[in-house]
Amino acid sequence: MTTSRRLLAALRTPLGALAVLACTALLFLVVFGPLLWGSSAAATDTTAIAQGTSPEHPFGTDGSGRDILLRTLVAARLSVTMALAATAVGVCAGIIVGLLPLILGGRIGRWIVAGINIGVAFPGLLLAISFSVILGQSGLAATLAIALAMVPSYGRLTHNLAASVWGRDFISAAHVLGVPVWKTVLRHVLPNVRDPLIVNAAVTAGNALVSFAGLSFLGLGIQVPQYDWGRMLSEGMSRMFVNPAAALVPGVAIILAGLTFVLLGEVLGVALGTGSHGSVIARFHRRLRARGAADPTAASAPVTDTAGVSADTPGASTASPRHGKGTSSHPETAVCSVRNLRVSAPGPKGEPNDLVRGVSFDIGRGEIVGIVGESGSGKSLTLMSLAGLIESPLHVSADAAHFDGEDLTLRADGHPRRLDRHFGEKLAMVFQDPMSSLNPALHVGAQVAETGRLHLGLNRAQARDRAIGRLEDVRIPEARRRFGQYPHEFSGGMRQRAMIAAGLMGMPSLILADEPTTALDVTVQAEILALLRRINTEVGTSIVFVSHDIAVVTSLCTRVLVMYRGHLVENVSAEDLRAGRADHPYTRALLATVPTMSTPREAPLASIPDGADFLAEASALVEKEAP
Amino acid sequence: MAGQSPTPIRSAPDPARPTRASSLVTHPMTTYLLRRFGYILISLFVLVTISFLLVQLIPGDPARASAGESAPPEAVEARRIELGLDKPLVIQYLVFWRGLLAGDLGDSISLRIPVIDVITGRAPATLELAFIAVAIALVSAVCLGLMFGALTRSGRRYGTEVGFTSVTAVVAVIPEFLAGIILVYLFAVSVELLPVAGRTGPASYVLPVIALAIGPCAALTRIVRAETLTVLRQDYIRTARSKRMSPVRLYARHVLPNLLTSTLTISGLLLGGMIAGTVLVESIFAWPGLGGVIVDSIQGKDYPLIQAIVIFYGLVVLLINLVVDVALILLDPRTTLDAS
Repeated sequence: MTTSRRLLAALRTPLGALAVLACTALLFLVVFGPLLWGSSAAATDTTAIAQGTSPEHPFGTDGSGRDILLRTLVAARLSVTMALAATAVGVCAGIIVGLLPLILGGRIGRWIVAGINIGVAFPGLLLAISFSVILGQSGLAATLAIALAMVPSYGRLTHNLAASVWGRDFISAAHVLGVPVWKTVLRHVLPNVRDPLIVNAAVTAGNALVSFAGLSFLGLGIQVPQYDWGRMLSEGMSRMFVNPAAALVPGVAIILAGLTFVLLGEVLGVALGTGSHGSVIARFHRRLRARGAADPTAASAPVTDTAGVSADTPGASTASPRHGKGTSSHPETAVCSVRNLRVSAPGPKGEPNDLVRGVSFDIGRGEIVGIVGESGSGKSLTLMSLAGLIESPLHVSADAAHFDGEDLTLRADGHPRRLDRHFGEKLAMVFQDPMSSLNPALHVGAQVAETGRLHLGLNRAQARDRAIGRLEDVRIPEARRRFGQYPHEFSGGMRQRAMIAAGLMGMPSLILADEPTTALDVTVQAEILALLRRINTEVGTSIVFVSHDIAVVTSLCTRVLVMYRGHLVENVSAEDLRAGRADHPYTRALLATVPTMSTPREAPLASIPDGADFLAEASALVEKEAP
Repeated sequence: MAGQSPTPIRSAPDPARPTRASSLVTHPMTTYLLRRFGYILISLFVLVTISFLLVQLIPGDPARASAGESAPPEAVEARRIELGLDKPLVIQYLVFWRGLLAGDLGDSISLRIPVIDVITGRAPATLELAFIAVAIALVSAVCLGLMFGALTRSGRRYGTEVGFTSVTAVVAVIPEFLAGIILVYLFAVSVELLPVAGRTGPASYVLPVIALAIGPCAALTRIVRAETLTVLRQDYIRTARSKRMSPVRLYARHVLPNLLTSTLTISGLLLGGMIAGTVLVESIFAWPGLGGVIVDSIQGKDYPLIQAIVIFYGLVVLLINLVVDVALILLDPRTTLDAS
């Protein structure tokens, strides 16, 4: 979307409309205020000195009998133009100062940056007051003082933004082409940092307005007979007990004008795309929209459901009636079983939008079950809902769900505390990115030991001893010393081991591993896989291993669940998968993408075509077999 | 600090029990603290130099400006000697430093008493006001921001979020002097509930502190809430939730430390601004601090007093920055590694 179109879109929002309205009103006052009311605001009325509210003077009069409201309206011009002038000077000077280190470079550049950093430490008002010592007490001096005071902070902003652009390739290209540095800065750097600078200029103008009022209020700005809002405020302050409106009306004017600039900055920020759009919900909505666009049939459930497993009948013991040749165990002996699991997100209009569409499976004791599927197929959501970690606005429902003898479905009395303990003791989780799944502000050891304190009834020393033991179990060298270190002192592989160690604090009957090796390099990946396998054989812990790497899954797991667009499309033993025996077209397509030693090297690697609908293909297959 | 070893205490003699001393010597925290301290010293030097130059930079003749336009030449010369402006600049500068270190900053021209007495007599009132307001703003912003962050996480309670953002946006725009005036109106003109002038008892602190703290507090609360939402999205919070703990433990132990670091980094400037804000608040509430003196001394062209007050306020701001830096190190072990 182009900037102008985004701007139009932003203006059409209620906030944008309000910003336009406020800016127009302020502009009108600045341009026409003194012309319309200038003379009547200046008219002194000795018969009505310092009066309260009256029909002629809705907010009373000041010490010379002049109308407060009219004076406030007229004062808008001086207050706003002074603030804007200060902003213009300050922002320009700030941009120049911020860009100078890049242009000059070397020692002088570093000195300028150091100067900026020192200047930023001192608040603007303090700087402005100091400068007004030099410049004297007048409106112009106050404007200049405020402009000078905003140079350090604006210079720093410019410098930070410009420095982030400075390292990019097109700058290097300009260097290589011999473009003079100042030209590079003006042509290539400045346009790239323009948007945030504009947004911040609007906010800065609001601050300048308030600072200017503050200086005038102190008597260091506008001097009699001129008046701005700050001046009126200090005059009104002295008559606070006679006519509060004399101080409150210009005060409200300052707040409204300040808010106008804040609004303007906000709307510009949205229009220029400097705001943040990275929320989880936004991502989900985007994902849903993308999927909706790619898969128009997804909305018509009956077509797709026949291929999936959501149409299972209550009591069906195997995950999929059609693809039930996997070695899945019975629910009684299963460590974990779930029937007709659905995860839905509220759509743009609040209607539920299914992300996981009725998945049923069992995990037997000692099994290693892989879940494979493309991104967004619902693998991770399935895992998260097993662990009870789905939060609103996502919604989980299931006909039945059991974990190691406990019913997981919600009962009338809500979420029993007992279940927390059960989960804490029996369930371990390993996540995709070991770099981010440990808390950076806490010692690794404390995070490993936490479960012991929370659910196993251990005291601090016991939990610590057991945690060190577990860290040793996962082969972390010098576990006792490592216990007191922070995650940033660990390597990626060690962090993932620490995560596994934390899961082993209790006696877990199930480890849910969500792509635990994706973020690791191949050697470390092999170590983590070996560790999981060792835990599985030595302790008998079941493992659910989510991955999009079908090669890893077939080598590690005993059984594989294949997910596709929220459906469980295949439940097959790893043996069958290795032998290439798969029923669902998607599984077959997935298998075909795995290169082997005999894959012809001239041919391009096989891939899953974009826009292919394997659900429709499968249902076509069913119809062919059915008659 | 790319070359920094990730395990700074490797050289400890007993790996199981690293001694405090050995870890301190090689710890990046020490070098970081030294660097920060060096920075403060340079800032201090710049501060003193600028406050010295303030008088030199006044256009025209500062002695004439101070004595008044219509003063006879003898009075101007007397004022020149009083201000020390008759000596060469370098000598003046050195004398200024010597006086500063000896605590002798000359006499105030308008008040006819040593400047240092004015500072020591009035600074406590300003410092009290500033530190109480800073502490209250910080604590309440963290509590409120965390609470609203928790309430509105992942798009819940849209109404609450809209209410929160609009109320804090409006309050954050209100400058301290307007907040002061509104409070005077509410608590002195409408209902005579709280004293609005002077420093008499605990009740007299209420309005000035609120006036000073409310705007920065609203701005900080917004920051804290935004940071809370960011932290809540992190993977390690999912890890913590998978361990199943009480919400209190989750927020206090796993969210709060990660929140404080970023919040404090951003809030340094805001807190410095509050120190400057005392000037305005003191003039509204007739607070017997240095705020009232600074305006009088500027208008009265009492240059020795102006210089001393500028240095005083600058020092307090630097002190706040130092406290924030030290707090950051204590809170987040990574600060020392990222800081370069």
